[in-house]
Amino acid sequence: METTANRMIRTTVRASTAPALQDLQPKLQVRGLNFFYGAYQALRNITLDIPERKVTAFIGPSGCGKSTLLRTFNRMYSLYPEQRAEGEVLIDGENLLTRNRDISLIRAKIGMVFQKPTPFPMSIYDNISFGVRLYERLSKREMDDRVEQALTRAGLWQEVRNKLHQSGNGLSGGQQQRLCIARCIAIQPEVLLLDEPCSALDPISTARVEELIHELKSDYTVVIVTHNMQQAARVSDFTAYMYLGELIEYGATDSIFIKPSRKETEDYITGRFG
Amino acid sequence: MSAVIPISQSENSELVTTAPPGGPTRIRPSRWMDAVFEHVTRLFALLVFSLLAAILISLVVGSQHSLEKIGFSFLWTTDWDPVKEKFGALVPIYGTLVTSLIAMAIGVPVSFGIALFLTELSPAWLKRPLGTAIELLAAIPSIIYGMWGLFVFAPLFQTYLQPVVIDTLGTLPGVGLLFAGPPLGIGMLSAGLILSIMVIPFITAVMRDVFELVPPLLKESAYGLGATTWEVVWRVVLPFTKVGVIGGIMLGLGRALGETMAVTFVIGNAHRLALSLNAPGNSIASALANEFTEAVGDLYFSSLIELGLILFLITTIVLALSKLLLMQLARQEGTRT
Amino acid sequence: MNGAAAVINAENPLYRSRKRTNILLLTVSGLAVLFGLFWLVWILGTLLYEGGYALARAALYYQMTPPPGADGGLANAIVGSLILCVVGTLIGTPVGVLAGTYLAEFGKRSWLAAATRFLNDVLLSAPSIVMGLFVYSVYVARVGHFSGWAGSLALALIVIPVVVRTTDDMLKLVPNSLREATAALGCPAWKMIVFVTYRAASTGILTGILLAVARISGETAPLLFTALNNQFWSLNMNAPMSNLPTVIFQFAMSPYQDWHRLAWGGAALITLTVLVLNIVARSLFRRTD
Repeated sequence: METTANRMIRTTVRASTAPALQDLQPKLQVRGLNFFYGAYQALRNITLDIPERKVTAFIGPSGCGKSTLLRTFNRMYSLYPEQRAEGEVLIDGENLLTRNRDISLIRAKIGMVFQKPTPFPMSIYDNISFGVRLYERLSKREMDDRVEQALTRAGLWQEVRNKLHQSGNGLSGGQQQRLCIARCIAIQPEVLLLDEPCSALDPISTARVEELIHELKSDYTVVIVTHNMQQAARVSDFTAYMYLGELIEYGATDSIFIKPSRKETEDYITGRFG
Repeated sequence: MSAVIPISQSENSELVTTAPPGGPTRIRPSRWMDAVFEHVTRLFALLVFSLLAAILISLVVGSQHSLEKIGFSFLWTTDWDPVKEKFGALVPIYGTLVTSLIAMAIGVPVSFGIALFLTELSPAWLKRPLGTAIELLAAIPSIIYGMWGLFVFAPLFQTYLQPVVIDTLGTLPGVGLLFAGPPLGIGMLSAGLILSIMVIPFITAVMRDVFELVPPLLKESAYGLGATTWEVVWRVVLPFTKVGVIGGIMLGLGRALGETMAVTFVIGNAHRLALSLNAPGNSIASALANEFTEAVGDLYFSSLIELGLILFLITTIVLALSKLLLMQLARQEGTRT
Repeated sequence: MNGAAAVINAENPLYRSRKRTNILLLTVSGLAVLFGLFWLVWILGTLLYEGGYALARAALYYQMTPPPGADGGLANAIVGSLILCVVGTLIGTPVGVLAGTYLAEFGKRSWLAAATRFLNDVLLSAPSIVMGLFVYSVYVARVGHFSGWAGSLALALIVIPVVVRTTDDMLKLVPNSLREATAALGCPAWKMIVFVTYRAASTGILTGILLAVARISGETAPLLFTALNNQFWSLNMNAPMSNLPTVIFQFAMSPYQDWHRLAWGGAALITLTVLVLNIVARSLFRRTD
């Protein structure tokens, strides 16, 4: 039986002819990943490939481990001593999880945007230049250019060009989130991780961020965690459905939303879940 | 049905409060006790509320004699001669400020380091024991610091550390004057050093608390850009919490200014104005501790109380500022989340 | 677009210098911790070394403070300190608990409560010697002599802000649902506070009282002008009363070796008491977490 929710989703899915997952160059490869918060196991034996320069979405009910999975990609969990991961996460074929890997270098290559906007307690300009200065010594002019470039890319330049030296906290929520995205892309990473980037935003700001994701795809590998299925359908090329720490189904977004192969996935996306 | 129930309930409750149907065994809720209880507690709150003012008034009254006779010159004259009845507070005021500044110069960076270690670096199992150990520094009574300072620290300081300080810092042009003079062991430098140990637990505790107010997401996004731990703390955590950090420093300063026993043991109790930190001096609190019970003559007595008044005013202002800053951080925190 | 990505590698000189700075400063922060611990260990070690012998002598606990050159103990000072602390706590605790109750249960965010909280926090760190001066001017100077009562009063003034603060904080931690549930039974507010909220916050409030006791047992400055000192055995609260801190001060500042030894014994005794009180208070509080 087809529900109304299912029908609604169908109409929003872009009718694209995405190439099959296995034909694409993988940017990130997850192999047999287990994750623990102390004694609690949050991820169970996850294996998947994230293709280069595509948008991949992780969906699933809260607590399913989608954010946890995302946070292993830049080893953010290693800030917390009680959290640990087993298995492999390869970027361009190199394992991120080996102990002697330099975390700062990994994180500079992999940008991350969080649920809530997190402007640093400094000016808009310094918010952008902060990250750039970590790796490059630029002249004032070069830095100005870089800041403008990043803000333009994030679609924020027009709105803030006259108040670059004011605090980032003065911006609206949507502007702050785009500032955070600009901050990430200013250091020109290869992968962008978005952890429910629109959960604190109004619909208009959400639409702008989604547009932005679409544009960024040409240069970056984007991974997005979202609790909003319509959003996953709108922005992503591939979708992974997770449940209770396991990867239930992973494939092209169109097929996941239109013809899920697993019963659990169908229940979730049609709203029959729980 | 649903419309009937609330009505019958309210009738019921009226019955209970006005005319209990249960007969004499039913206890009537005593509403008047509530009022009594509230008024009694308010009375005690008012007592606490007026305590500070009462202290201020009693000190002003007590120092009236010297306020009238000596006036404002009390603040900038250096004589302290009970025989000729000439009193000036500059030496103890100077000693109080100098020792507290030395304590801050050492205590603040050390406390920052400890707070940084405890919030960002320490392994989880070490956090609690280390934190407790540092807090125990605050539990040691100040007279113990004083005794230890006089009998153990000062002699070692005099033989080993002080000559080195005099030979290095003391030979610098300008600043050298601060470190000139013979190594006596006791003096303003030793008092400041011991004070710095005493303020560390207070400043550390505030810094730890405010560092933990920083939203984890904010720190994560700085780490996410590839920043190192030091950069996250220095560029993100510290700017975010600067108001609270300054509040903590002021709290430590307030403590240092009013510290009595530890300073009394090691400052040397000399009523002489000396530029060198190696020289003995006096602080307001230690002048009071040493001379108050032995003071004879109204003017001597009331000059000592005026010293207390000055100390009280300075510390109250510093502590009030500290509190205001910490409240401001708490308010910011409230609006940000 | 990947032009800058090439910059992000382990050979980047800027990156290497940042890493060096990081390691250097984090090491310094670790050294700061060692700096703090160093003094703690040194001071406690000295106390054990110097005071251990005196502590082990039974005479410390039953003989009176001696004149210079004679043998003696600290019995009168120990008992005097105990009395002063107990009476000070007995005066200060009810005042503090009731005032704290007003702040948390009735005043809440009112003007009076906010102002009282503010002033109380200032009192909490105000120099203790000023408390002594205050009690001297309003009590000792009126009565005309130093006394145990005056000493207890000065200590009570130090107890009050500590207890107000913890009572206020601990009562605020009691969940409102508990209050609502009690009120829903038709329970009047005073009964709710006395029988339910106090009970729910009891360990926290007790912790505050213990910490206050720990603080006053080592206080010296406020006793100098209030209880003064007494060389003899005296339980009269209307007369000057002997107490450990002042005896330590007097003996340590004297030129006599045997007085110094007794002073070390007293110092070790006080510190031990204070540390035990602190640890008990902490473990009590941790159990409620």
